[in-house]
This record gives sequence, C-alpha cells and structure tokens, in this order.
Amino acid sequence: MIDPLAPMGSAGIVLPSIGPAQAEDLAAHLAHYGPMPMSSPADVALIEASGLRGRGGAGFPTGVKWHAVAARAAGRGVVLVNGVEADPSSEKDRMLLTYRPHLVLDGAIMAARAVGASEVVVAVNRQAVDAHQAIRAAIPERRERLAIDLIDAPSRYVAGEETALVHFVNGGPARPTVTPPRPFDRGVRGRPTLVQNAETLAWAALIARHGDGWFRELGSSAAPGAMMVTVRGAVAQPGVYELSAAATVEDALAAAGDGGATTLLLGGYFGHWVDRARARPLQEVNAGVLIALPPSSCGLTETARIMSFLAGESARQCGPCFNGLPALSSAIAKVATGRAKPVEVERLRRWTGQLSGHRGACHHPDGAVALLRSALDTFAGDLSAHLQRGACRGSQSPSVLPAAKVQDGWR
Amino acid sequence: MAMTVNRLRVNPITCDGRGLCAELFPERVRSDDWGYPILDPKPITPELMPHALRAVASCPKLALSIDTTES
Repeated sequence: MIDPLAPMGSAGIVLPSIGPAQAEDLAAHLAHYGPMPMSSPADVALIEASGLRGRGGAGFPTGVKWHAVAARAAGRGVVLVNGVEADPSSEKDRMLLTYRPHLVLDGAIMAARAVGASEVVVAVNRQAVDAHQAIRAAIPERRERLAIDLIDAPSRYVAGEETALVHFVNGGPARPTVTPPRPFDRGVRGRPTLVQNAETLAWAALIARHGDGWFRELGSSAAPGAMMVTVRGAVAQPGVYELSAAATVEDALAAAGDGGATTLLLGGYFGHWVDRARARPLQEVNAGVLIALPPSSCGLTETARIMSFLAGESARQCGPCFNGLPALSSAIAKVATGRAKPVEVERLRRWTGQLSGHRGACHHPDGAVALLRSALDTFAGDLSAHLQRGACRGSQSPSVLPAAKVQDGWR
Repeated sequence: MAMTVNRLRVNPITCDGRGLCAELFPERVRSDDWGYPILDPKPITPELMPHALRAVASCPKLALSIDTTES
C-alpha cells in the first residue's frame, strides 16, 4: 500500500487522476499510451532537442548524457535504471515504478537502443516492495532482444549516487567510489553505463511517442516539459503531483491544498529551507520534493532530525563526512533543544565552512552542509531565541518528516 | 598556446588524515578540525612545485597527487 501518499490532482499524462491507481500490465499500458515507436541511435538527438533534464536531483541534460555513453558504448553498453530514491521525503519514483512499470521499461529499452547498450539493469530500492513486485511482473511480459534484470538496491541515502549504484551492481557495497572513472566511461562490469533516474526514462518514453515539441510545450523554453513533484507537510492533500516544469512552487502548494506555510524545504533532505516569499520555480527544486513546514513546527528541530539521519547515512569512507556530519548533527541537536552556547554556534558555522567544497568522494557532506546553512539563515530569529530562552514550543510538535525506517545494510 | 596547470588532488577515501601534507605544504593545504586536509584549488606555481612534490611523496597513504590539466 502506498499510504498516505497517493497520486492525485495530476495533469494526468503519466499518472492519471481518474480512478484508483494500479499497476498497468502490458496490455493496459499499450491501451493507455499506445505502442512505442522503434528506437534507434537517432533518439539521442530527439532527447537532446526535447530539453529533458535528469529528474533524480542533479538536473543534468539527458541528451548530453546519452551522447557521452553513445560515443563509447559500441553496442556493449549498459543502461542502469536508478530507482533507489533513498531520500525518505521523495515518493515519485516508487510511484512510477509501482503504477507505470512499463513506461519506465519503455524508456530504458529506448535508451539502450539509442546509446548502444545490450543490457538493462533496473535497480529498485529494496524497501519499496510494491515497486519491486510491479517491475518483477512487468519484465517477463516484455519480449526484447536484450537482457532486462531487476536488482535489489540497499535503501541507503548514498546508494543512489551513480558510482555507488554501479559499485553495488558490480558486487561491491553500495558506497560511492572516487571519480574518474565516471560510469559513462567505465561502469557496470567496466562497460560504458548510462545511469538514469526512473522518472527521466518515463518522460523519454513519452517523448518517443509524441515528439520533442510536444514535451517542450508542456513547459516553457526555460523550463521544458513536465515533472513529478512530491508535496508533503502542511498541505491538505500530501501526494505526488504532475506539474509543468514551468510551474512555480506556489502552483504546487495550490495543487496540494495550501495549508498556509510560510517556510518551505525545497529539494528534500539535500534541499534548502526558504521563506515562501523567496521560493523558486519548480524546475529548480531538486528531485521535485517540497515540504511545507507547519507554522506550529520548529525548523531547527526538523533540521536536527534530518542531520541526524544524514550523519547516520554516511558511507563512512571520507574523513570530512564521517567526522564532520556527526559533529554537525550533535551541534544542531543542542541548538534545537536549547542547550547550545553561542560559542558552539560559532564553531558550527566554522565547521560548515570547513566541510563544504566537495571534500568527499560524493556530495553527501556538501548536501548536508547546504541544508544546515540554509536552516541557520532561514531560522536566524529562532536560533537567537533558542540561545536566549531555550527550546521553543514548536520543538514539541510532531515531525513533518516521514518516520525513520530500519537502517539498511550496504550489500 | 596551451598552458599546463597543476593542482593538488586528494583521494578522500584513501586519506587517513595523518596531516603531513598540511605540515609540508601549508601554502596550499590546511587541516580541518579533525586533521583532514583542505586543499586550496589555486594552481601550484613553479617555485612551489618542490614543496608540492615533497608533500605528495611523503603521504603515508599515497592519497595525495598532482592533477595536471591543459588550459
């Protein structure tokens, strides 16, 4: 069961709002979307023309990525579908894999033909049981002349980082590796590998059917296409929505039933706290995650909860991460509970300076530091109140964040 | 004309924070509060090159290197 987040209110292209959502088998999928045109290397240019960008968080131009793999693959490449979505606040990939497994597979097979790959590996977060079942049922329905495998990825925050995922598929722990090599050069079993987020591939499959112009017109020239957005927190209907990439954060809040929040966390656990008045276009929101902070909640306390999670999710490989994140986490917890002294806040700021600047093998410390810095700025008033008078009443409010799951292993 | 630019690079997974690099090459390396190196991305000038090479050679974990790019 996908509770409490259910697809609703969407524009209806990928996840129609009509009727109860359920996994589409191949027949239902074909009836819904129509047949997929034959894919070819020309699709690299099609995707490039569409302006599609990666929907996993980094927003890298998809066509450029396909080009890089196509230039190296020579028929022996690998397409690795990234369905790890390990940010606990994001639900859209799980939703897509669960309800529209064939749309994701269409995109993956298209990508394989376009870049010259002989194999598709679909990596799904092993805690997303429903998504697993849907993909496991969908694969045998396909009759393709390439291998499609499903792999259980650990539900660890950094496991979705592309080098970590490749490392795992290659039989190692799901921990990041140093770059170069990047997966497009040497990835799964040393082959050029296209690592692509599940949602991105679903859009690619629709671009194949309807054309690059159709996709661009869903958005604007600056923000082409549409995107899946997870909205949670102080809204009437938390859920996964489908909106134009040119829509604003205000549009997303309106779609989910605006609950009057004045502060938002944009981009999930690797995101930024912002005053609602300064909220950006939706396209700039990492992975399309939007959390509306209820006015009764304490932003510092919520930040401390996220920092504790992120510290626990360090792969414990790089000094700045395994030393720095627990230190930041304990310090912000003291601030949140009103036990910190001003000198400890100064030290916390010094640490955020020392730990930024891509000092780890992956961006895990950078993401955590950026989140924390945005909290210190956005909740500056609360910060001085906590220093002077101790914890506020909001720190007793129930958390707006999803409940923590049992921590997974690395293999 | 192509110019060669040299910068320090650390393998953050191999690095153990022994701190020799910051001691031997303070012009481009300082330590964080836990003794791990923070590298200055500024190019290594020719007169600093001997110090850079000594720092690289002294790293007990072979984690430090010089990254050469054409610009």
